Amino acid sequence: MNDRLLRVLMLADYNTRVVVFGVVMLGIAGGVIGVFLLLRRRALLADAVGHAALPGVAGAFIVLTALGADARSLPLLLTGALISGLAGMGCVLLINRLTKLSEEAALGIMLSVFFGFGIALLGIIQQMRGASAAGLGSFIYGRTASMIRADALLIGFAALGIVVLATLLFKELRLYTFDEDFAAGDGWPVHGLDVLLMSLVVGVTVLGLQAVGIVLVIAVLIIPPAAARFWTDSLAKMVLISAVIGALGGYIGAAISAMAPRLPAGAVIVCVTGSMFLFSLFFGKTHGVVPLAVDALKLRRQTRLHHILRCLYECGEAIYDHSKPISIRTLRDSREWGDQELERAIHTAEKAGHLRETRERAYLLTEKGRVEAHRITRNHRLWEIYLLEHADVAASHVDQGADFIEHVLGTELVAELERSLSIEELTPGSVHHLPAEQGVET
Amino acid sequence: MDILKNHNQSTNKQGAGSPTANPPALFVRDLTVAYNRKPVLWDIDLDVPSAVVAGIVGPNGAGKSTLIKAILDLVPHTSGNVEIFGRPYKEQRLIVGYVPQRESVDWTYPITALELVAMGLYRKIGWFKPVTARYRERAREAMDQVGMADFADRQISRLSGGQQQRIFLARALVQDASMYFMDEPFAGVDASTEEAIMAILQELREQGKTVFVVHHDLETVRRYFDHLIMLNMRVVAAGACSEVFTEENLRRTYGGRLTLLDRAVDAIGGIKP
Amino acid sequence: MIWTSLDTWIVVAAALAGLASALVGSFLVLKKMSMMGDAISHAVLPGIAVAFILTSSHASGVMFLGAAVIGVLTAVLVQLVQRYGRLEQGAAMGVVFTVLFAVGLILIEQAAQHVDIHPEHVLFGAVELVPLYTLQLFGLAIPRGVAVLGVITVVNLAVVVLFFKELRLAGFDPALADALGIGSGRMHYLLMVLVALTTVAAFEVVGSILVIAMLIVPGATAHLLTKRLVSFLVVACGVAVTAAVLGHVAAALLTAPENGVIPQALTLLHRRVVVARQDILGLLVRHTETFSTKGNAVLVPEPTGLNLQQLRSLPGSPFPAGSGMLRLALITLRLSGSVSRTGKRYYLTPQGMKQAHELLRSHRLWERFFHDEGNVLLDELHPAADYLEHYTDGELREALAHKYTGEGRDPRGNKIPD
Repeated sequence: MNDRLLRVLMLADYNTRVVVFGVVMLGIAGGVIGVFLLLRRRALLADAVGHAALPGVAGAFIVLTALGADARSLPLLLTGALISGLAGMGCVLLINRLTKLSEEAALGIMLSVFFGFGIALLGIIQQMRGASAAGLGSFIYGRTASMIRADALLIGFAALGIVVLATLLFKELRLYTFDEDFAAGDGWPVHGLDVLLMSLVVGVTVLGLQAVGIVLVIAVLIIPPAAARFWTDSLAKMVLISAVIGALGGYIGAAISAMAPRLPAGAVIVCVTGSMFLFSLFFGKTHGVVPLAVDALKLRRQTRLHHILRCLYECGEAIYDHSKPISIRTLRDSREWGDQELERAIHTAEKAGHLRETRERAYLLTEKGRVEAHRITRNHRLWEIYLLEHADVAASHVDQGADFIEHVLGTELVAELERSLSIEELTPGSVHHLPAEQGVET
Repeated sequence: MDILKNHNQSTNKQGAGSPTANPPALFVRDLTVAYNRKPVLWDIDLDVPSAVVAGIVGPNGAGKSTLIKAILDLVPHTSGNVEIFGRPYKEQRLIVGYVPQRESVDWTYPITALELVAMGLYRKIGWFKPVTARYRERAREAMDQVGMADFADRQISRLSGGQQQRIFLARALVQDASMYFMDEPFAGVDASTEEAIMAILQELREQGKTVFVVHHDLETVRRYFDHLIMLNMRVVAAGACSEVFTEENLRRTYGGRLTLLDRAVDAIGGIKP
Repeated sequence: MIWTSLDTWIVVAAALAGLASALVGSFLVLKKMSMMGDAISHAVLPGIAVAFILTSSHASGVMFLGAAVIGVLTAVLVQLVQRYGRLEQGAAMGVVFTVLFAVGLILIEQAAQHVDIHPEHVLFGAVELVPLYTLQLFGLAIPRGVAVLGVITVVNLAVVVLFFKELRLAGFDPALADALGIGSGRMHYLLMVLVALTTVAAFEVVGSILVIAMLIVPGATAHLLTKRLVSFLVVACGVAVTAAVLGHVAAALLTAPENGVIPQALTLLHRRVVVARQDILGLLVRHTETFSTKGNAVLVPEPTGLNLQQLRSLPGSPFPAGSGMLRLALITLRLSGSVSRTGKRYYLTPQGMKQAHELLRSHRLWERFFHDEGNVLLDELHPAADYLEHYTDGELREALAHKYTGEGRDPRGNKIPD
């Protein structure tokens, strides 16, 4: 078994190699086109188009059988699928335009009516003399085993063509999926781009029919980009990551299905990409649940630290002496701490080396802590003033707003605030004293 | 309409992109727009001279955004004729810039501020060609112009409402158009951004460009605009701001909305004859 | 068609499935959540599969429990993916239901080896099997599927009647519903559970994928026809029942195995095209032979091919002038690579030559047969063999060939090809 797995994964057989090439290219095309489909918020259209392909496949099969031609010719069956897929898309647009039904309902109707019609055609095929519907099963569940070399090459190269086209039109697709109104005003043929993108979607769907199956082909277009979304905020990177996930899913899925032909390849591919999605959902670098939770935790700790440092600094200011330890009672009285909150804050600051306990429950800022406390207090006051001067926030609300935002702002905004405020001219009486740039000692 | 013809005759000659000085910057005749057989704009006629900042005001549902979109051919119009500097809009598309409403786009879209601004250059770059460093530099300059140079690499969802509006404006600036249409550029922005945007609009006017702004805040109308279009499904009044912004016209534009009217009357207290 | 009690039960089952689906589906359409019905109807597959594997039976409480769980699970997962994935609802549904469906498909394919379950029946339904499994209820033999659908219909009706105003409010204005303490979330999940239960009950009839049609189409139709919710529901139910009856009648008339209109027509067309193709092959291959002085056929060294006109007018051509069948058959022959065209002339490809030789072999073997066994006159041989050659498969041909080993020539002395 292991030996076989290795042979399959290393693409030892020519046939496996060709099939894997087809499925991987399909995964890449799905990943790339899917990003734009997802951002255009039309994900379910792909689902409907996939289902709508069934009557096309079955119809083509019937016609070919009736005419006595080879009914298993993939290009001709896919042509049928392409025609009914496009017809289905047209129906949705038409229902949308002519009735008050929502786009969703239009999709549902088109999907079910086309699919039902396809099932009826399958029924007819079973009753026809001289027809064997054996090959059609793979279109519903997806089966790479039935894929012959020419099929895989057709799928692979057509998918490659789609990817190349999307890459050439990257800039145009980005503009149109982000801001259709602006694109139209700028003179781009947005309807043309719309039709183009949707045709590419239909193209990927049709190519995916044999490997992934009608019901699941949508997954090739949706799951990879949805997973890629967790890793980046850049469109180019998202397209790249999505393509990699699609390719990996296709590769692993095709390999597994080559070893266990009873398993529907489509389902295996979807499960593989699905687990990659799950992994991304949790561990994706920019929007994953775990990194976000870690960030939130860090922010909470930082907020606590800032509170205690500022508190100590302001207490020192009040007695014009930063070298005297402040007792815990003073600290507790100077702001509304929860009991645990204050203890935790002190602990955090102590561990960071910003303060030390000089005598029983009284604390003094270390040299490092004093510099940090000065910086924080300064930021905080700048921000308060900014809000007062520029954002028409009533003075009584300033503290709350500032307490939060201060920790989020980086140095770049603080620098901008200083520039826009010309702080030297501010009178000390405005809200608080503004600590001078250098002198920590007063 | 006599007012219009006398207004700003001298600046008219600077109209960039206009081969002759005579035709108005924007010329609209009989523009009618209907959604589902329900008319939204009726028989709009407009003549706006070049090198002005023109406000478009009117109550909610008056068709302000629709007017802009109809002029830009973004919504189909039942009838009507639009000319920019004396030639049909379709021929002049490239010299017209557009700033859509901020809410019209998905701000979680995965692009940076700089990439968004660069979109204004796509038309110049042309089909298939990538955005090269030269164009990115242009976009960066425009960001600097609106005071957003430090935010070039930020993802757009991490910008405040005012900052988002500023980069929208920067995108319009790199288009280097002769005429701009801006849909509520002051909606949801902070006071300093509003000032900054207004300064840029005035600078555009100094360069001889014509700017149309859909606007809500009647209190600032007189300060901001030299030309005004008062709209409520049809043009109630249009002309030099100082002449058409009257209590009478406001009443006709806003109808029975008394509270609003009271505020407006306060705002224009000084200009009543 | 003859209406039997089977037909009655099938129509009753379909009508009940339609009724149950229309009741909950209408609210999906109103809430603009039609595709949620699609998602859930796909997603219940693993529930069905697990229930099958655990209990090895079609109808069981386990299956409905599984469906209810999956219904809520799908709704919850969609919301989670939507929130954390910054995705639109449609994309979130796409991610969730495809993965669940894939898992279900794998489970079923695995289970199919051990349990009596066919993926096709789950996905596409097998309404014709419904009357086969019956239960005794009130002394009547009622098909189990019908009983289950009846219960679900009653449950759906009860929920819709009891929670009519809550459902309406939650669908129309969720925020107000929350403010009034109705809990739009609870109503949402209640609806999802009902959709899942209905899907499971209906899958025997229409299959788990087409349940979406029953969920949405009646509601969407009603949406176009009425303005008030009560009449909306009535119209939707009416549409569902009418569709069930008409659907069955149409299916019986159009697609029934023996006398359905469509299979008959298609079979006839198929037969005619096949015959026409073989006639063309015959014409072409005979053209490659020429007759020697003794009347025996010998091969022409460089065949010239035939054009359309010749194919129609050659002696023995069955094609009347203006026959569309000739062109159609030629197209399919070229598609399958048996015939090629150069200029206006048609030639046999090597593959076509092989097929044509098989035909010719059948023809000449039959002629031999009739001549030797039936004492048929030479002139009357051709039409009979002509007819039979179209219905001779490889096995029969070899049986004939075996009988005449060593003969090698037909009664006229033409060579029988190998």
